[in-house]
Amino acid sequence: MSDVIRKDPRKNWILRNRLHPLHEQVVAEMNGPAAVVRGPSGLIRKNPHAVGFIGPNGIKRIDRLGGSGSAAASAKREQQEEQLPIIAIEQPQSYVVVVVDAANGELSAHDRDVLGQARLLADGRAENTAVVALVFGALKAALGEAANPDHAFGLAGADRVMLFDDECYAGFAPEQQLEAMLAVDRQLSPVNWLFPDTHLSGNDRALRLAARLGERPAMHAWQIKDGKVTSRGGSEMTDITRDLAAATAPRILALASECALPVDEARYEARLLPLPSVPNAMVRIKDAGAVAVDPNQIAMGEAEFILSAGNGIHDWDQFHATAAALGATEGASRVAVDNGFMPRFRQVGATGTWVTARVYIAVGISGAVQHLQGIGSCEKVIAINTDAGCDMVKRADLSVIGDSQEILAALKARAEQGAVAVSEPQQGKADGESNHNVA
Amino acid sequence: MSRDSIKSPAATLASNLNSSTGQTGKPLTITTLVSVGQHPKSGRARVADQDAKALELALSLSAGKGTAAVGKGEAGAGKSQINLIHAGTATAEQQLVLRGYLGMGVGQMRVLKQSDGADVIPVLVDAVRKSGSDVVLTGSRAEAGEGSGMTPYLVAQSLGWPMVPAAVEITAVGSGEFEILQALPRGQRRLLKVRAPFVASIDAAAAEARQTAWAAGQRGALEHMTLSSNDDAVLAEAAVEPARKRPKRIARAKKAKTAADRFKAATAKSASKGGAVLVKESAEEKAEAIYQMLLSQGVLKAR
Repeated sequence: MSDVIRKDPRKNWILRNRLHPLHEQVVAEMNGPAAVVRGPSGLIRKNPHAVGFIGPNGIKRIDRLGGSGSAAASAKREQQEEQLPIIAIEQPQSYVVVVVDAANGELSAHDRDVLGQARLLADGRAENTAVVALVFGALKAALGEAANPDHAFGLAGADRVMLFDDECYAGFAPEQQLEAMLAVDRQLSPVNWLFPDTHLSGNDRALRLAARLGERPAMHAWQIKDGKVTSRGGSEMTDITRDLAAATAPRILALASECALPVDEARYEARLLPLPSVPNAMVRIKDAGAVAVDPNQIAMGEAEFILSAGNGIHDWDQFHATAAALGATEGASRVAVDNGFMPRFRQVGATGTWVTARVYIAVGISGAVQHLQGIGSCEKVIAINTDAGCDMVKRADLSVIGDSQEILAALKARAEQGAVAVSEPQQGKADGESNHNVA
Repeated sequence: MSRDSIKSPAATLASNLNSSTGQTGKPLTITTLVSVGQHPKSGRARVADQDAKALELALSLSAGKGTAAVGKGEAGAGKSQINLIHAGTATAEQQLVLRGYLGMGVGQMRVLKQSDGADVIPVLVDAVRKSGSDVVLTGSRAEAGEGSGMTPYLVAQSLGWPMVPAAVEITAVGSGEFEILQALPRGQRRLLKVRAPFVASIDAAAAEARQTAWAAGQRGALEHMTLSSNDDAVLAEAAVEPARKRPKRIARAKKAKTAADRFKAATAKSASKGGAVLVKESAEEKAEAIYQMLLSQGVLKAR
């Protein structure tokens, strides 16, 4: 009707009184969501109560950067991470082949480093060069027929994948694997063959391929820089540098771990390549399978699974029986060794052995600094202790608080029960020395 | 050193015509290729660790199970023969080291003299071929020089024999068949079956070599043979220098765009944040939790 702005004194009164039951409603009605309103006299009024938002802790937060602050930036960054660019090499003119170990069907950190190095070599070439990952044995996560940029191989930088997953490549089959590599060599004639320099897998394959092709490989290479490859000589005492552009340049390279950074800027296609026809090799080395090894014969430094005892152990016979039931190598803390319950060579820690076990169970060990140093490279630590506040519990991935005697008894019983349950189906097969269970 | 005798190649060939091929009843011929090692810290020439282990394996293989008798390297009736072959410059200093192998209980060693920096593979292959061996044992990697570990593979390739890496124990099971225990990482072992003739390289995990006796080493004979050398053109081109320390990899944030992110990534503690803590559960439940973790890590082996 008229443009005169009229006051409602009651509403103004409710607006001023934040404890009034109608306050919220009136605020919404009068100010709306806007923090800035025209006052009754026509002046611009800012409502400080309508500014900002309630943070996760219930505290009001005011963003004075106008949406360009860290929260928005990190949100933007997360979005970018989800969308790494896909780099596709459509028609490669040459290839760099990486024979990955992929033990247990998954890429290891060493494999990723070598794929990262392969990426650098391929991208440094003038022509379209694709990185081909060659795998012997089945993969844990299956690759589809189309491009797989989100598969571990695509994220690690492989443009193409060749998967030799037939029965004849499983286990220790160096001769058949060599035939496959030779077939790939004939089909793709790669500019470089890269291998992770690992005992008995990458190393052995590289040497076999080099010997058959009559080439001079660069073994134990640890750096490729400025077109030169540097490898360690015997006894790790010399560096041998060879030019990658020379006529006698090594085509077959076995690379040490951490030779290059793994790929993390882009995704690649990881497309399956059709396999070449591989002739059947004359198998002269027959794999008769893994042999059971007494866990206590394995050197502490390389044991995979250690059950370690400390001051909290009172029943030592039970401890040894539990270790035997679990199939674990025995270890000990300094206290247990000093008290004469365990031999000196079983001591874990700074003054004893630095262990590399994948799983380490510490029974009754509170976790002195020296002991924690010794288990620094263990992947999973399980603590059994009476004190929930000790340092070992802080380090452990799983902590069990309670009397070690009771828990070890229960664990031993569980292991024996489990072992029976697992070994039953194998009873029929394990009828002689000739049938070893294949690892 | 005056005992060194030089055998003519023709005599060697003749002696090999009636040597065995690994068939039943015939004596076994084991050849061990040895090198001059290098102490990893001082760099002094020494008996190479893996080569000595290879010779130890050869000696125990020739002695058979249970007997500790040390063969003199002579082919007795039904007894296996051990050939020791070294190819290299064989300077006076190196000969002292080579006598360390003789001191382990072998009567003689064939030393193929080569010029400095020569490729020794052709002469080694030639010597092994002429020796009529059933089993060839070497270390897996030389301690001096390039140390690429190619030697056993190249010898096997040239002879067309199978090559078994990382052997720790070899047992003859009869009719030319051998069972080889192979060292896997983390102290595990694998059994392989192979027929003679074959080449095997010895893993560092094999049984320690026996002590070398100085006097026996001095009595033993080094049969010198100077052969034409093949120059190693590839290694001559490469630059060889004392090893540099490898740079440590710096922890890197995955997408560190700001200095704060990079700083956080570089200074972050790698220790785990502390896992699950079980306090109130019964002992059985706690044991079950541990057992499930062991299962998921795959360390429990069905026995």
